[in-house]
Amino acid sequence: MFAEYTASELTAIFAMQGFAGLILFSVLVLMALGLAIIFGQMGVINMAHGEFMILGAYVTYLTSNLFSEYMPSLFDGYFFVAMAMAFLVTFLLGMLVEWGLIRHLYKRPLDTLLATWGLSLILQQIYRSVFGAREVGVTLPDWMMGSYPLTDMVEVPINGIFVMVLTLVISIGIYFLMFRSRWGKQVRAVVQNRPMAGAVGINTEKVDRLTFGIGCGIAGIAGSAFTMIGSTGPTSGQLYIVDTFLVVVFGGAQSLLGTIASAFTISQAQSTMEFFLSGSMAKVLTLLFVVGILMLRPQGLFALKIRR
Amino acid sequence: MNHKQITYFPRKDLIGFAILAAVLMLVLPMALDVFRLNLVGKYLTYAFVAIGLVLCWGYGGILSLGQGVFFGLGGYCMAMFLKLESSDPESTKIQSTPGIPDFMDWNQITELPWWWEPFYSLPFTLFAVVAVPVLFAFIISVAMFKRRVGGVYFAIITQAIAAILTILIIGQQGYTGGVNGITDLRTLLGWDIRTDEAKTILYFVCCLLLLASLATAQIIRRNKVGRILVAMRDQEDRVRFSGYDVSNFKIFVFCMAAAFSAIGGAMFTLQVGFMSPSFVGIVPSIEMVIYCAVGGRLSLLGAVYGSLLVNWAKTSLSESFPELWLFGLGALFIGVVLAFPNGIAGLFQRYVEPYMPAWYHGRVAAKASEKGNSTTSGDNVTPDTSEEVPTGSDKQPATLKGGHYVNAE
Repeated sequence: MFAEYTASELTAIFAMQGFAGLILFSVLVLMALGLAIIFGQMGVINMAHGEFMILGAYVTYLTSNLFSEYMPSLFDGYFFVAMAMAFLVTFLLGMLVEWGLIRHLYKRPLDTLLATWGLSLILQQIYRSVFGAREVGVTLPDWMMGSYPLTDMVEVPINGIFVMVLTLVISIGIYFLMFRSRWGKQVRAVVQNRPMAGAVGINTEKVDRLTFGIGCGIAGIAGSAFTMIGSTGPTSGQLYIVDTFLVVVFGGAQSLLGTIASAFTISQAQSTMEFFLSGSMAKVLTLLFVVGILMLRPQGLFALKIRR
Repeated sequence: MNHKQITYFPRKDLIGFAILAAVLMLVLPMALDVFRLNLVGKYLTYAFVAIGLVLCWGYGGILSLGQGVFFGLGGYCMAMFLKLESSDPESTKIQSTPGIPDFMDWNQITELPWWWEPFYSLPFTLFAVVAVPVLFAFIISVAMFKRRVGGVYFAIITQAIAAILTILIIGQQGYTGGVNGITDLRTLLGWDIRTDEAKTILYFVCCLLLLASLATAQIIRRNKVGRILVAMRDQEDRVRFSGYDVSNFKIFVFCMAAAFSAIGGAMFTLQVGFMSPSFVGIVPSIEMVIYCAVGGRLSLLGAVYGSLLVNWAKTSLSESFPELWLFGLGALFIGVVLAFPNGIAGLFQRYVEPYMPAWYHGRVAAKASEKGNSTTSGDNVTPDTSEEVPTGSDKQPATLKGGHYVNAE
């Protein structure tokens, strides 16, 4: 299948597809990081994670409309405001959901899965009623348009670079939050030994709520970044949820590094294969590959050694 | 326990079965016209899946989010036979290659693929309807359970498999019919399945198969296997330490659930007249779980009523208020989990059964009440509903609060 391309064309194809894969990777990482915190640390299956992401996307869409309506002069910078808003809204909704729903189900993980699926259906219908069934897209500020030519055959889109930088910043932020901050230490303490963490005076309920909120908030930021590269519809979140869960499980649920590594593997495999095969077959092969690996190595790529 | 005969059908279950049989075979056919009866028949095909889920999820504690896969495989096997029969060279002579299904012709395929060939034979098809999904389930479950993958991970992976199969079916349009599925099915061995008479007959066939499946499931449930499943769900390690190979029981129950779903899928194809990927994917698969959960995850009869009720609500609500339906379904998911984890059957057991007369409960219960407390008899399934299970472990039993799912004999 490589025969009809010359060597330099092949390099360019791999570079371009590799870059497309990197953009997919960035969105997957952002989504999966939130999920890795919720699922990996708390053991909660949040099937509504995709809908939290879409909420972030809709908040971004609203903010962009608001700016173009009332403050066109500041439009260039709207994205940063939108991102903060997206985080805030999804964070608050996440805390609310934890309080109203998740909190009662910690001991029944399979039931959490069903309940959050119900939540996702309700959220989807709310989006459909409020924003309509059609997909909406945001107007990008001028500086994000266009692409940057690396060589005469390889071009990289600027919004893609922006999303990647954003992913990098947020990943580093989460690293510090999880491994350097007081909250992160508390979260890890609760994960490793809940009764003991409670005994030394950590308010485990509060930690749970914050963890869930922050996980959802990161999904909101992911949604915000998602608007830069694609349009948003009420069911967009559902398309990503299985991929994201596979990313998290494949990487080893409790390892943030594993999440990033597996997101990289999956997105690169998919986007490279997409060029040579049809899109659907690329997806099938990628998913089969992941499921196959998981059957051989159920604990994922990077498994934490925890005493259970 | 060794010297005591297992009662497979205690009196109150027998009464329940009789009532269900009467409702399905007498009341509904008399009360409904053929169109509505056909709809009920369609709902009943989902009841097959729900029965499988009761065994697999309610009793075995294995939540599968990929039952649509088996439903779909069974349905597709049936649809392939019917499609081949309806695309004989005579009726497809306007195609560029007569004698192959129309969608293959549209996709420039000129020869029937080899794996379609065996589906010219009805006995092979009937065998494949059950064998293909069960074999698939067997491969999945051996790979997973032998490696002790369970709980949430299993749920996610089965969901991924449902996604894979849907994408594959849609992507391989030339071989599978793509998004539209396999449509325009007309006859079964020359017998037109689209007439009112045929629909009525198929409805009764579906009912009989359902009752037979129910009886099979009931026997499994009351058998020693059923007891081990419950024990395994609640304290997997203890069962393992007692010398049982836990994974074999899980594989068995998962394959049984797949077989039931596949029969349901085949009946669906026959009654509705087509099969498409929209009954295979993630969304239909998880909806099938809610049929089981609404009826009561520990009750076989409840699963049938749950399927009927949810589907009836879906049809009537989504006809008149499409928006309300998704809200309703979402609320159903949350409500069934938070408020009544044992579904309709749980409510019935709690609020109606205590007021039933003694003849309903049968002689064992009467004897038990004479003796006072009969929990010493050993084969009473009183699942351990202890809530001291450490959190964060994925091998937790589906602990149900309230613990009122006692199967008192």
